[in-house]
Amino acid sequence: MAKITMREAISQALWEEMERDERVFIMGEEVGVWGGTYAVTKGFYDHFGGERVRDTPISEAAIIGAGIGAAMVGLRPVTEIMTINFAFSAFDHIVNEAAKFHYMFGGQIKVPMVIRTVGGGGRQLGATHSQTPDAIFAHFPGLKVVAPGTPEDAKGLLKAAIRSDDPILFIEHATLYQSRSEVPEGDYTVPIGVSKVQRQGKDVTIISYSKMLEISMRAAEQLSKEGIEAEIVDLRTLRPLDMGPVIESFKKTNRAVVVEEGWKSYGVGAEVAARIYEEAFDYLDAPVKRVAQKEVPLPYNRALEQMALPQVEDVILAVKEVM
Amino acid sequence: MEKSEYLDLYHQMVLIRRVEERAAELYQQGKIGGFLHLYIGQEAVSTGLISARRPEDHIITAYRDHGVAINAGISAREVMAELLGKATGISKGKGGSMHMADVTKHYWGGHAVVGAHLPVAAGLALGDQYQKHNTVTLCMFGDGATNIGYFHEALNLSMVWKLPVLWVCENNMYGMGTSVERASAVHEIRQKAEGYGMPNARIDGMSLMEVREAALKYFEQVRKEGPFFLEIMTYRYRGHSMGDPERYRKSEEVKKWQEEDPIGIYNKYLTENNIASKNELDDIHTRVEAEVTDAVEFAESSPEPGPEALFEHIYVEE
Repeated sequence: MAKITMREAISQALWEEMERDERVFIMGEEVGVWGGTYAVTKGFYDHFGGERVRDTPISEAAIIGAGIGAAMVGLRPVTEIMTINFAFSAFDHIVNEAAKFHYMFGGQIKVPMVIRTVGGGGRQLGATHSQTPDAIFAHFPGLKVVAPGTPEDAKGLLKAAIRSDDPILFIEHATLYQSRSEVPEGDYTVPIGVSKVQRQGKDVTIISYSKMLEISMRAAEQLSKEGIEAEIVDLRTLRPLDMGPVIESFKKTNRAVVVEEGWKSYGVGAEVAARIYEEAFDYLDAPVKRVAQKEVPLPYNRALEQMALPQVEDVILAVKEVM
Repeated sequence: MEKSEYLDLYHQMVLIRRVEERAAELYQQGKIGGFLHLYIGQEAVSTGLISARRPEDHIITAYRDHGVAINAGISAREVMAELLGKATGISKGKGGSMHMADVTKHYWGGHAVVGAHLPVAAGLALGDQYQKHNTVTLCMFGDGATNIGYFHEALNLSMVWKLPVLWVCENNMYGMGTSVERASAVHEIRQKAEGYGMPNARIDGMSLMEVREAALKYFEQVRKEGPFFLEIMTYRYRGHSMGDPERYRKSEEVKKWQEEDPIGIYNKYLTENNIASKNELDDIHTRVEAEVTDAVEFAESSPEPGPEALFEHIYVEE
């Protein structure tokens, strides 16, 4: 197996799917001539041409709206919203149109569209460019929300998303593009809506995804030195949420910490914790802890920003509180 | 046009009128829920436009969609059943008045968020352009939709990419209760197309023949040259939805427009030009009465969606 970066994994998935299926095309701001704001689509324009790698105006509602329309008549658009913070300009089209059409028209209309976007903080971009509003989007039935934490999953999940007949919001993390992992050779997909145990352990279950998977893994390594073996479940998909591996692990460890980058209130941790209480109350040995972003608009100053974001130490502390 | 085609268009307009009048009664009886936006007064617009499309051309419209649904070829039965929320409705009772579509007829709905379907229309046209289909997307919307950002994003994109969309603004002079003069910086809506370098025109929407003639011309223009913006002046005789107190307009204004009834104008056109006799047209009214009665009976006797329908069609792949 080759070890590649998250950027390469996502780029490969797009390239391979475009080679495989002529109906797949890319549409978004600076995806073509520029090569992608995060260089994911570098070289695509020259190879596939401007018809299939479409530079759009700065016009988020038009990008998503037009993606929906093109999907309705049989294409497989991979739309791109430069950062998830701009998805609010297309919020209506994501949650009111893409997520509703199949149901609302009695199953007649399909919207096989992927929306690729980039979330997360930690790069000193200030309050409007650093958010993690994943839970907001995961609130809506009809939309699927995927947020990979490793290159292997990113490639397999993106390929599965492009082949899926449903609208899928695919959230990448701005600080994970350089992360590396081994990726299987050749064509493979990772099923959407399936959580995965990324680290085996017996003492506590840490539930996480995306960038916070990396933070949780680092916390687990340190905890291991102190004799605490954490099992880490990567949600990978936020909707539909697969609680199976979480509950299975929790029944073994009886303790859980949920780690997310978004705000704690009404967040992914709140959902996962509630589901643990509902589905495995009798197995609880301690209250479920949540590690999340401080309830502030993310500040520009580096030290303040890091104070607001969940750190390895926060995860270690939370684990010790439930032990 | 053959005589039968003239008569068919008359039939469509009368059918829309009577389906909606019956729907209003059923609404008052509590058999139809939610909102009910009637198209009465505007029938010539969609009838004329859709009569000019090729079967493969796409149609998409806003929430005042019963007329468009009938013109697109959805039966009165399926429209009425959808209004009553029945399993036999065109959207299986899950869409209601504002969300009727029939993809087999390239009619993509009924959309209830003002202006939101305009970027979707651009996408339908993009899909055709990409697949090298020689089809046109007809996108209809009200004057109120031209003040929201989606309108401007969609028009701009359609011109930048030369997407084959016939943009049609049905200017019925009010967005809910706010007149065009009170809501739009320009009162002649077509002027907004100028900002995107888009060719445009403004026509009378009470005359079916005028709408049809313009539509035939502009469908072909769009097919060859890209987007066109058509403003069609029309008037709704009923309130915005049911239960509209109509404080924003005078009854004299409504009366004046009712004298320009599109069905009356077309009736006169057919008889004065010896295309159809009064008897032939009366027969159509009689036939429509039977059709509407049948549609109501069909809808009322149709089953409600079963509880299993609640979780059906959330996703294509569960």
